[in-house]
Amino acid sequence: MASLTRADDARERWECDAEAFVRRDPSGMSRIELAVRGAHCANCMSRIEQGLRALEGVTEARLNLSTGKLAVQWREGRVDAATVIRRVEELGFPARPYDPRALIENEDAEARFLLRCLGVAGFASANVMLLSISIWSGLGGEMGDGTRTLFHWISGLIAIPAALYAGRPFFRSALKSLSAGRANMDVPISLAILLALALSVFSALNHGQRAYFDAAVMLPFLLLIGRYLDFLLRRKARASARDLIAMQAVSARRIDQAGIARPVSASEISPGDRLLMATGERVPVDGVIEDGTEADLSLVTGESAPVCVARDSGLRAGSIITGRPVVLRAASRVEDSFVAELARLVEAGQQQRNRYVKLADRAARIYVPVVHSLAALVFIVWFVGLHAGLASSLERAICLLIITCPCALGLAVPAVQVVATGLLFRRGILVKSGDALERLAGVDLAFFDKTGTLTEGRPVLVGEPDPRALNEAARLARASRHPLARALAAAAGTGVVAGDAREIAGQGVEAIENGKRVVLGRADWVGAMSERKSAGSELWFGREGEAPVCFEFEDRVKHDAPDLMAALARRGVTTELLTGDREAVARRVAQEVGIAAWQAELAPGEKVTVLEHARGEGHRALMVGDGLNDAPALAQAHVSISPGAAVDAAQAQADMVLMGETLLPIAAAMDVARQARRRVLENFGFAAAYNAIAIPFAALGLVTPLIAAVAMASSSLLVTLNALRLKAGEP
Amino acid sequence: MIPALAILIPAALLLGLGGLAAFFWSIGHGQFDDLDGAAQRILMDDEDG
Repeated sequence: MASLTRADDARERWECDAEAFVRRDPSGMSRIELAVRGAHCANCMSRIEQGLRALEGVTEARLNLSTGKLAVQWREGRVDAATVIRRVEELGFPARPYDPRALIENEDAEARFLLRCLGVAGFASANVMLLSISIWSGLGGEMGDGTRTLFHWISGLIAIPAALYAGRPFFRSALKSLSAGRANMDVPISLAILLALALSVFSALNHGQRAYFDAAVMLPFLLLIGRYLDFLLRRKARASARDLIAMQAVSARRIDQAGIARPVSASEISPGDRLLMATGERVPVDGVIEDGTEADLSLVTGESAPVCVARDSGLRAGSIITGRPVVLRAASRVEDSFVAELARLVEAGQQQRNRYVKLADRAARIYVPVVHSLAALVFIVWFVGLHAGLASSLERAICLLIITCPCALGLAVPAVQVVATGLLFRRGILVKSGDALERLAGVDLAFFDKTGTLTEGRPVLVGEPDPRALNEAARLARASRHPLARALAAAAGTGVVAGDAREIAGQGVEAIENGKRVVLGRADWVGAMSERKSAGSELWFGREGEAPVCFEFEDRVKHDAPDLMAALARRGVTTELLTGDREAVARRVAQEVGIAAWQAELAPGEKVTVLEHARGEGHRALMVGDGLNDAPALAQAHVSISPGAAVDAAQAQADMVLMGETLLPIAAAMDVARQARRRVLENFGFAAAYNAIAIPFAALGLVTPLIAAVAMASSSLLVTLNALRLKAGEP
Repeated sequence: MIPALAILIPAALLLGLGGLAAFFWSIGHGQFDDLDGAAQRILMDDEDG
């Protein structure tokens, strides 16, 4: 499915409708936002920005490296959107228009919201601590009651609005989880913040010695650091794989009544419309073609070689036209088409995966009820058993809630995940969600797609063909976009194209050279008897009056695939090959890379069934795949990885994306994931130990605000340091 | 002692609020929208320099 024509597909598809995404303002300036892939460093950034500014009329070009979003502004009339996109692609970065309604705006808003909360909490923490330290050092008796109460009130004036403002991320999430009938980690956090405020107000009113205003702002401050780290991680992840949206923004050229083809967005197509499909374009809706051509049906069937489609036969959405341009009569709307069906399969898979409970939430499930019932118990014992009075019993119970607040838990997991994903990024793996690492750590079964995943995904000329025949055949091959022809042209290197080359859809290319007819194409068309029975594909080249010459092609196995299989076996992971391709091809590839089990001729839905079955048997399965037909399976798997050359939809579904062509980083990712899980568990253990010591002190009423604050800060520091140990273990 | 406090506490708060206001301003102007790019941008050659 990874055909040679992919880059060209994208370009052609986008050139026609990029104008639809341009925003114009009255002063004659046009702006467009592009999603740019593959820019990771200062060098890429300056190449893109300066390359664009060199275009006449472009006034501004700015790339956001965190989100991969490129904003370009130009003066109307000098350049157009298509030129801008072509320029970025010439510089070596795939680019496409960004749908302005897409998620990115919300993402920026979320980042700013978190930062504002963090800023307010930081400001309040610093100022309240200033006052608190004076109070603590004055507790010996140097500070009078009046001054202390004044300080408490000033602290309160800062802390109450600040904690209510900065606590909003926690309050929202706690409310949401409570309304769903569950209690997540944010419930005790919210409770602790609110109770600390309430108790402190009560204490200040009664001229008490202790107030917890400092704790009420320090708590959200420390936790927000964790939240923000977590957010940055997710944003990076989403930025690298937001292309499912882009894929849905596909356009088509509709032929209107005057016979003119105009670009329309795919969602506007209605049944009966006639669409002009150029070579290399992806069919947007299910339909019937008005003429014969050749198409890559890999999305539908998984078969990697293009097939002939006769006049008046149906094509499913997602097929790519590889033969000559045709007119397609739409038979359904986008939302009823095959791709939409795939999208629904994907969604179902995601829901399945969302049932996975993160380690931190599992800890919270135990932690929340234990802490709450302990606090209640402390209150009852002091109030009923020891007749300590309402105020002081309540104070001890709240004190316990504050001191046991899951700072360490809130920070432990994001800290480890940030370090681990940073580590993997440097090794060429992009981790898209933090919990993907947790899931990867538990994997015991790995499924691999064949084409483009274990193999290079494109045919390569094999054997040693006669150089003269190769050169002559290449003159014809250069005129065609067929994958085999391209492979042949690539093998021959650069050269001229036969002047009058004519492509016959589904058959081959012909031309007249030096008065003689030369042909390159299918065996029966060229007039040769193919003796090949084995898997693979071939092209025949014939010269009038000479015997035809055969060129053989093979989709080669990636060089480190066998190493990866061995590495996975050493780690106790069973491997299996799942492919839509034929049995014979599957067997050959499986033997070559060293996989014992394989299943061939699977439709996309059947791959999902295989994964469901594995899940039913209690396996935690890793899926590695690159095709659009793998997307549902990638979404269904316990955890999924896609190679860097994968189609956008597959990358969007996968939890991790390999940035290079090699496969071995998968084994490295597994090691890091397992180490990261160990660190997280250590952090949990540490948090448990800390609580085991702190709770009795709090219950006995021995904890002063100073001890609570120091304990809280140092436990956060310790879990962060423990997370950094991951980095220390790096070879 | 009270006059000193009456100056110092408001002064501390005002300074803090000033910092906070500056922080909010920078958030509003997109200074934190691209943390990776900012780190790399410093390495770029100035095109008109």
